[in-house]
Amino acid sequence: MQRIRKGRRVKANGTRRAMYRAIQTFLVALCLLVSCLATGLRAQEDIRPLVDALGVGNFPQKVEAVNALAASGNPKVAEILQNLSDGKLFAPKSGGPVFLEGEASGSYLDVLTGAAIGDAPGNLAKIRLNNSLRGAISAAMSQLTLLSPDRSARLAAANDLLKDANPENLDLLNSALAEEKDAEVKSTMEAVRAVILLKTDASFEDKKAAIDTIAARGNRDALTILTAAAATAPDELRPGIEESIRSINRSLALWDVAQNIWYGLSLGSVLLLAAIGLAITFGVMGVINMAHGEMVMLGAYTTYVVQQTVQAVAPGLVDYSLAFAVPMAFLFTGLVGVGIERGIIRWLYGRPLETLLATWGLSLILQQTIRTIFGPTNRQVDNPSWMSGTFEVGGLASTWNRLWIIVFAISVFIALLLLLKRSKFGLQMRAVTQNRRMASSMGIRTPWVDALTFGLGSGIAGMAGVALSQIDNVSPNLGQNYIIDSFMVVVFGGVGNLWGTLVGALTLGIANKFLEPYAGAVLGKIVILICIILFIQRRPRGLFALKGRAIE
Amino acid sequence: MKFKSHVMGAFLAGAMATTAFSSVYAADDTIKVGILHSLSGTMAISETTLKDAMLMLIEDQNKKGGLLGKKLEAVVVDPASDWPLFAEKARELISVNKVSAVFGCWTSSSRKSVLPVFEELNSLLFYPVQYEGEESSRNIFYTGAAPNQQAIPAVDYLMETEGVERFVLEGTDYVYPRTTNKILEAYLIAKGIPKEDILINYTPFGFSDWQTEVAKIKEFGSAGKKTAVVSTINGDANVPFYKELGNKGIKATDIPVIAFSVGEEELAGLDTKPLVGHLAAWNYFQSVDAPANAEFIEQWHAYTKNDKRVTNDPMEAAYIGFKAWVSAVEAAGTTDTDAVLDTIIGTTVPNLSGGYATVMPNHHITKPVLIGEIQEDGQFEIVQQTPAVVGDEWSDYLPDSKDLISDWRKPMSCGNFNVATGKCGGKGS
Repeated sequence: MQRIRKGRRVKANGTRRAMYRAIQTFLVALCLLVSCLATGLRAQEDIRPLVDALGVGNFPQKVEAVNALAASGNPKVAEILQNLSDGKLFAPKSGGPVFLEGEASGSYLDVLTGAAIGDAPGNLAKIRLNNSLRGAISAAMSQLTLLSPDRSARLAAANDLLKDANPENLDLLNSALAEEKDAEVKSTMEAVRAVILLKTDASFEDKKAAIDTIAARGNRDALTILTAAAATAPDELRPGIEESIRSINRSLALWDVAQNIWYGLSLGSVLLLAAIGLAITFGVMGVINMAHGEMVMLGAYTTYVVQQTVQAVAPGLVDYSLAFAVPMAFLFTGLVGVGIERGIIRWLYGRPLETLLATWGLSLILQQTIRTIFGPTNRQVDNPSWMSGTFEVGGLASTWNRLWIIVFAISVFIALLLLLKRSKFGLQMRAVTQNRRMASSMGIRTPWVDALTFGLGSGIAGMAGVALSQIDNVSPNLGQNYIIDSFMVVVFGGVGNLWGTLVGALTLGIANKFLEPYAGAVLGKIVILICIILFIQRRPRGLFALKGRAIE
Repeated sequence: MKFKSHVMGAFLAGAMATTAFSSVYAADDTIKVGILHSLSGTMAISETTLKDAMLMLIEDQNKKGGLLGKKLEAVVVDPASDWPLFAEKARELISVNKVSAVFGCWTSSSRKSVLPVFEELNSLLFYPVQYEGEESSRNIFYTGAAPNQQAIPAVDYLMETEGVERFVLEGTDYVYPRTTNKILEAYLIAKGIPKEDILINYTPFGFSDWQTEVAKIKEFGSAGKKTAVVSTINGDANVPFYKELGNKGIKATDIPVIAFSVGEEELAGLDTKPLVGHLAAWNYFQSVDAPANAEFIEQWHAYTKNDKRVTNDPMEAAYIGFKAWVSAVEAAGTTDTDAVLDTIIGTTVPNLSGGYATVMPNHHITKPVLIGEIQEDGQFEIVQQTPAVVGDEWSDYLPDSKDLISDWRKPMSCGNFNVATGKCGGKGS
């Protein structure tokens, strides 16, 4: 019994001791937590005057305030600067303490704690940003996000630093470099480090290595950095820098040629899209259709209406509204085309001058109708996200919308070629245009084939409008800008020949883009026009003239 | 068949004629005001808004009891973006409709086309758009900005605030950009910017393929000095230009673009998210924080029954021109051209940015210069506002015009007085 009791006592003693220890630990932990919180709060409160400085003074003073805030090293700073650049920070108009905008309109939060503020002053105004302030914020942010776990944030930060490399960031950069695993981010960071080294009084060998690092990038940014460095570099470094500049310039000159070809292809594909409908109505049917441009314009407005509808009905699908717009534009302008053929053009076959006047009048009527319905101002058709932004292949930079338009133009061309060569309708169409009476006696309903052919040409023009809405104004005048170019392409390529239209469009596009850098846009256009006139003088039927009995 | 084609032709001719309409009413107890803005053709995009604004101002004046005890009556004609037609329609307004004053024109070409008509028939034209200067007519009041009220303060801002040392002057190829760029080039060189740091480039009207031009700007901007673009690109060409800039990722913090022809109306057709921070220089923005402006915007929304319609700088210029004419007519007690010409000089009316505009003896007005940055919602954030500046019709930076002044007060009454020779008439040097 005693032993048992003793044992119990021992056990009880042990439990009590453990309890004491637990309480002790808890208390210590509590103390630590409280003190931590207190220091945390104090640290937060430390930067409050710095934050409030954002609300007073002019732009240069605010830039100072941002820099001071960034230098404080407080973990809250990134969030505060992000709010500032998002336009969520408010201060009294006359200057004073800064507040964060709350979720509900008119409610304000404390910038540091996020607690709701009941009695915010009434005359709060958004803290305005200008470009220098925006630049200061992004420079400060890039220092803060250089160690971020997110790869794209680090890359963006490194790229920002590259534009504005500051010797003060060298230590930060070295520590970031030591931890960096991703090759692309690392190489950008190394470039930043090289730029900084060039600015400091590092040894000759270090600087030489830095120049090589930058020169290895070989792009226009590197050229900018080296050109700037050449101006301030000591004499013994200058030959190295100049040699690097020369070699970058050489490789860029080669890329420039590639770039011009690409721009030419892109312009050519736009011309092709605009002209290919005309290649049907004018090239195949022989109708001088001055209202062709307005069909393009109607297609662009269809895109606008479809986008508005999709936005209203299913906002989630707005990125794909172009996919709906293409068939809609084809059907709508195709129907308008059939209507025009049945209503006007069929009375005028064989009288080119009157067709020209009638379709020209029609184009004015269509323009004014759209102006009355939609108003004279431009309508906004948004680029979907998959068509925005740039991509780079080596030294060649292009935008996604241009790439997609090239793809689209080529698809339309191939589809049309297949339709004409492989389908029954294509066969009938070619039969009617080549020999109307023979086709008619074979039982083809020539009037309907005429109407459908004109509808097809107009429908394709409408699809071109969908593509053009992505790069040009959606305004009643859209069509006028393309009508002359379209005729030029069709006549140059050879009337009645689709391949001619393709080659004509691409040739004009590339020739234009090669002339533009040397002759300027205005003179370039004139030169092209003169060349076409001379060419048509030599070969009145264009590049690919139809031969044999097809020409009457 | 022949008959049918005649019918067709007549139908088309009729349809075309209806696009150019005019409203003529016979009423003697009204004061007629002509509105000469294109309602069809290329310029309709900009000018239709001004026609609406003028109709609103006239309606408002009539609500307040009209002018000299009579109602105002608007006579609207459509010159259809056709410069010679502007002169014909102006003649029709003055001789047939007997209007007391005309508010209208947008392009310099249209103004130059009507100028002889107004001088010959001695009537008044109020011209509400910023222009290239180098002109002063006895019968025209220029209520838009002269180059020193827009272009020069804009490059000053770039140099002082943004630290720009290299300039691309990008414009559409016609008289306004060419003259403005000539003035700007002379000004920049006078400010010590070397010639190789200025790139001047022109593109045709309605230019839409900006890939090469934007690449050229980017290349020019990679010379290690802060670069900016000063854009006098006109109308339709702006949307593709800004789309290309946005897509190429040229941010305002890298190469800012400051535009003289891009306002709220032009931005309405654009996604402005990639363009935040690019600049425009005007004498008015819709975002101006002033009671007069708030009232004007409210009135405009009520008149157009559309609270998304934006206001812009030429509308303010039209507003000032109209108010100045009304106040001068009241002072003269008559709408007679010569009497109004005497009383209007020195007339001061409130503008919409909370200040006052005075009609100067050179037929230009005083205006503050505002620099705005494009915001995500298509409005401008005003980052700088100067005190009112007097419009300078003959630029001090062009050798041809630096000795010329204009003063339409008696006894000088001269639009191009040469201070070097002391004679009226003829360009100097």
